[in-house]
Amino acid sequence: MSASTLRIALVGNPNCGKTALFNQLTGGRQKVANYAGVTVERKEGRFTAPSGRVLQILDLPGTYSLEANSPDEQITRDVCAGQFPGEAVPDLIVCVADATNLRLHLRFVLEVKRLGRPVVLALNMMDTARHRGIVIDVPELQRRLGLPVVETVAVKRGGARALIERVDGEVPLAAPVQADDAASRSDLHGQVRELLAATVTMPRTTAALDDALDRWALHPVFGLAILAVVMFLVFQAVYAAGKPMSDLIGGAFGWMGEHVAVLMPAGPLQSLVVNGLFGGLGTVIGFLPVILVLFLFILTLEESGYLPRAAFLLDRLMLSVGLTGRSFIPLLSSFACAIPGIMGTRSIQDPRDRLATILIAPLMTCSARLPVYALLIGAFIPMHKVFGIFNLQGVVLFALYLAGILGAMAVGWVMKHIRRDKSEHALLMELPSYRMPKLRDVAIGLYERGAIFMKRLTGVILGLTVLMWFLSTFPGPPADATGPAINYSFAGYLGRGLQYIFAPIGFNWQISLALIPAFAARETAVAALATVYLVGGDAAGGLGHALAGQFSLASALSLLVWFAYAPQCMSTLAIIRRETNSWRNVVISFGYMFALAYTASFIVYQVTRMLT
Amino acid sequence: MRLSDLPKGTPAVVDGVHDAHVDDPIAQRLRDLGFVDGEPVRVVAVGPMGGDPVLIQIGFTRFALRRAEAARVSVRSEIVA
Repeated sequence: MSASTLRIALVGNPNCGKTALFNQLTGGRQKVANYAGVTVERKEGRFTAPSGRVLQILDLPGTYSLEANSPDEQITRDVCAGQFPGEAVPDLIVCVADATNLRLHLRFVLEVKRLGRPVVLALNMMDTARHRGIVIDVPELQRRLGLPVVETVAVKRGGARALIERVDGEVPLAAPVQADDAASRSDLHGQVRELLAATVTMPRTTAALDDALDRWALHPVFGLAILAVVMFLVFQAVYAAGKPMSDLIGGAFGWMGEHVAVLMPAGPLQSLVVNGLFGGLGTVIGFLPVILVLFLFILTLEESGYLPRAAFLLDRLMLSVGLTGRSFIPLLSSFACAIPGIMGTRSIQDPRDRLATILIAPLMTCSARLPVYALLIGAFIPMHKVFGIFNLQGVVLFALYLAGILGAMAVGWVMKHIRRDKSEHALLMELPSYRMPKLRDVAIGLYERGAIFMKRLTGVILGLTVLMWFLSTFPGPPADATGPAINYSFAGYLGRGLQYIFAPIGFNWQISLALIPAFAARETAVAALATVYLVGGDAAGGLGHALAGQFSLASALSLLVWFAYAPQCMSTLAIIRRETNSWRNVVISFGYMFALAYTASFIVYQVTRMLT
Repeated sequence: MRLSDLPKGTPAVVDGVHDAHVDDPIAQRLRDLGFVDGEPVRVVAVGPMGGDPVLIQIGFTRFALRRAEAARVSVRSEIVA
């Protein structure tokens, strides 16, 4: 460490505005990674103080107490105490406290002070505190705490000036280390009360605005109705903005591929560039708009304080299938795409609840399943009316969505009963004050999600796409070939091999073969089937009619159910690997989904055959 | 009386938190969050399904607790001094 660099650790209770302060201090100069060996996000940034000194700031996970209950809280505890392997001991701890909520936050400040390290207290949200008529005698608080105290407003330009000046000066002396035992811990509350009595005067206990909003947002009837409207709007946005952009990007890469192809001699290299490289890039980057649109809403809802309200309304329902209220938003996102859904589980602190949510998320009917559903339903399900009003095709589509949800509930319920850790995991969730989301914080959050996806997954997905291309292209067809080239490739052999496994669920070798490239992206199943059956043109109607003559209704229904449950998306498996840092979880996901899909398809195929 | 039995809107004062079993981390966390003797509390909302979870106002803060969590907290009715 150079003498002019100061390491600062930022700590505080959840909802103290710590991350907004971090964004204010470091702007875009942040590095997001994971702590060594765990899947807890590590955020570090730096900036140069007026004196020319470089300040390196670590944004530690928010916690209510150093008595850690979860992996992220353990990290905060260990880094503050200088006991986390691979992390340098911070030169200075900046403890952030919400000035409107000192009763809760001061206790943590006292806990941090007892570590015996240099500490500065940042009283954040001072503007809101003044607005609510809370008066804090800062000099007296500073004197009684024995710590430097500065006022900050993280969401205002220049709102961290006092903090920067303070940390740029002399490092304050550390308070003496104090023993940590049950008796002295319970005494902290008494100290907080004394401090509050001596330094803070407040007119009312809560903001009237929160009371009024919560009366509606948490109402048993209106609350659920508001939640439904919010979710409806999110989905409208994803399908109105995200999906068309994704299709546009996929199309653009296809177009570029074709134009590059003109410049190259025909052959394997041309095919690799056009189908492998450009096709793969189109798939990867095509995910981005959906991810960004979803996270725009998730981050806005989170910043505004609404997200915990949604979790409150749905906790009971989710708990009954072994999840938590916080699982709801990630699972709902998975209806657009499982990838942002799984990335969104970072908001679930409890590792067991988070893993359960990740394992279930791919069962939600994502948008990539729709082309496959549309094709097969259009080809095999007649248009006639059910009960005079419903269209049978629509009923089948609805049934497939329902199958995903019911399947997820069943899997959640089974997991709840077979897992070893059956202990009670707490909700204990703070519902913070409502606030206006700040553009900068949402923008930085969006940039981070996008960057994580692009950096960590592009390589994997591109690699797997090229592998799928390789399997479908080599070896090339013999000179006297009569069928399509793919029939002679490794994929062709694999498909013929797989048909022995898939015959009991009604898949012939052509379908089995089409499942192989579809592993790169579900929607390519349609194109793959077209290739295998030598159907020209892209018109889904034409392919649908061609398919209707090639296999039975039982096989078609079985294939629909297969796509509802099967681990048919390698990008999802890749993100599970990244987010859980474990191949074991990938194997579990793949294994249980394969078994579930196979069983369900088997039943559907056999029952349909008996009935038709 | 247990906090989980407190009717919505009735002001009360915390007596203490009881461990549901030895080394109960949930009880410890409740104490850390300020559920200690003498703190005024109030149930401000209940969940739409089976009245679970409950939303507790304690000081300036609102915490959502499941009924099993709220049952660890014992309260007494506020004595008007």
